[in-house]
Amino acid sequence: MFNPEVFQITLLSLQISGLATLLSLLIGLPFGTLLALSNFRGRSLLLSLVNTGMGLPPVVVGLFVAMLLWRSGPLGMLNLIYTPTAIVIAQVIIAAPVVSGLTTAALQSLDPRYRLQLLGLGASRWQMIWELWREARLPLLAALMAGFGAVISEIGASMMVGGNIRFQTRVLTTAIVLETGKGNFGMASGLAILLLVITFLINWMLTHLQQKGVRV
Amino acid sequence: MKTLIELHDLTLRRANQKVLSIPSLSIYEGEVLAVVGPNGAGKSTFLLTLAGLLSPIGGWMTFAGRQLEQWKDLEYRRQVALVLQEPLLFDRSVLDNLLVGLRFRKLPRPQAVERAMDWLNRFGVAHLAHRPARSLSGGEAQRVSLARAFVLAPRLLLLDEPFAALDPPTRTELYQELSVILRQNHQTSVFVTHHLREAAFLGDRIAVFSEATLKQVGTLDQICHHPADAAVAEFVRHISVEGFS
Repeated sequence: MFNPEVFQITLLSLQISGLATLLSLLIGLPFGTLLALSNFRGRSLLLSLVNTGMGLPPVVVGLFVAMLLWRSGPLGMLNLIYTPTAIVIAQVIIAAPVVSGLTTAALQSLDPRYRLQLLGLGASRWQMIWELWREARLPLLAALMAGFGAVISEIGASMMVGGNIRFQTRVLTTAIVLETGKGNFGMASGLAILLLVITFLINWMLTHLQQKGVRV
Repeated sequence: MKTLIELHDLTLRRANQKVLSIPSLSIYEGEVLAVVGPNGAGKSTFLLTLAGLLSPIGGWMTFAGRQLEQWKDLEYRRQVALVLQEPLLFDRSVLDNLLVGLRFRKLPRPQAVERAMDWLNRFGVAHLAHRPARSLSGGEAQRVSLARAFVLAPRLLLLDEPFAALDPPTRTELYQELSVILRQNHQTSVFVTHHLREAAFLGDRIAVFSEATLKQVGTLDQICHHPADAAVAEFVRHISVEGFS
């Protein structure tokens, strides 16, 4: 039976996590590439920070983002607390290190002589980077999947900075917690299955894209 | 013969250590210069310098009559093509591997495909055009790697021991084929090898490196019978003991 509220929650979850994944990719891909291909002062420290960031607990992220966006906080004048934008910000902070770290690992796993070979065939720096991304497309898509997985499934940050407001900031994970708290296990299970199915379908599409042309 | 490259007092240092020193060298258009020397003699460093991937700190170098500094980095690198010891083919079809460098140069695809197929044909691997490059044998892969460089019509072709990883029969077959193609195209080339036999067969002249320094340039006869110094004599003696391999 079609439930408009569940539909709205699902759509909002996909919009928020989709946008957060996209933004994480836009930040993480160039940043991870910089860490993989450049040698500069402080690189090792940055890499350690990124690797630590890959395991950031969402509640900790939620706490800091809430403190920043709180009415009396440094960014309180933006009135973003308890909005979908606040959840996107928190989710980007969760997913960007994941995408960055896995991008660095993906590019570092390529034979370093590929860079030499590409430059030796007349590639500009950007053309070289593009070709290296193409070469590392399998692990890069895995990085994208990991980033999406981290944000679609997190609850702590969404709850803390979104507030789980009905029709405004309620997403699948926060709705599951709410329904469980009320003892509505049927509804909570339904939402959980929906979340699993959506996550599976998106990862299935990405896996299909990743494995296209792969020989076993 | 017209000079393509001129080097004078060229030096490279890394971590305060000399890694390359070339007192004087001219490479002529259409010439194949074979580069030999023991491990760590500076052969690959020399090749990477010619490829524009390492910058000398002293001396000067001209390419086609212009000082190296007068060339923009990318403009210079696109005059040159590099083939390394491993084929390092990209994870796509054989044809796409040949199109990579042409795409960098913004050549329209139909023209690029035509040129690529022509070169695959010349190296006898046109039938593999649509095969995944990673499924090729060592010999096939190195043929594709050579075609990928030739298709760019470089003014200077740099070959860094391209046959080192191949078995002896494939190796002999390939360097004989390469010799024909180099002559047919009057392709200016620098060819690094450990094997004096290959150097003598492919090279118009042979350059001997030792201790990161260019010691002598000449024909096989000059190098064997009139070595420039003890290091060259020792290298030639060592190679001869190994059976002129």
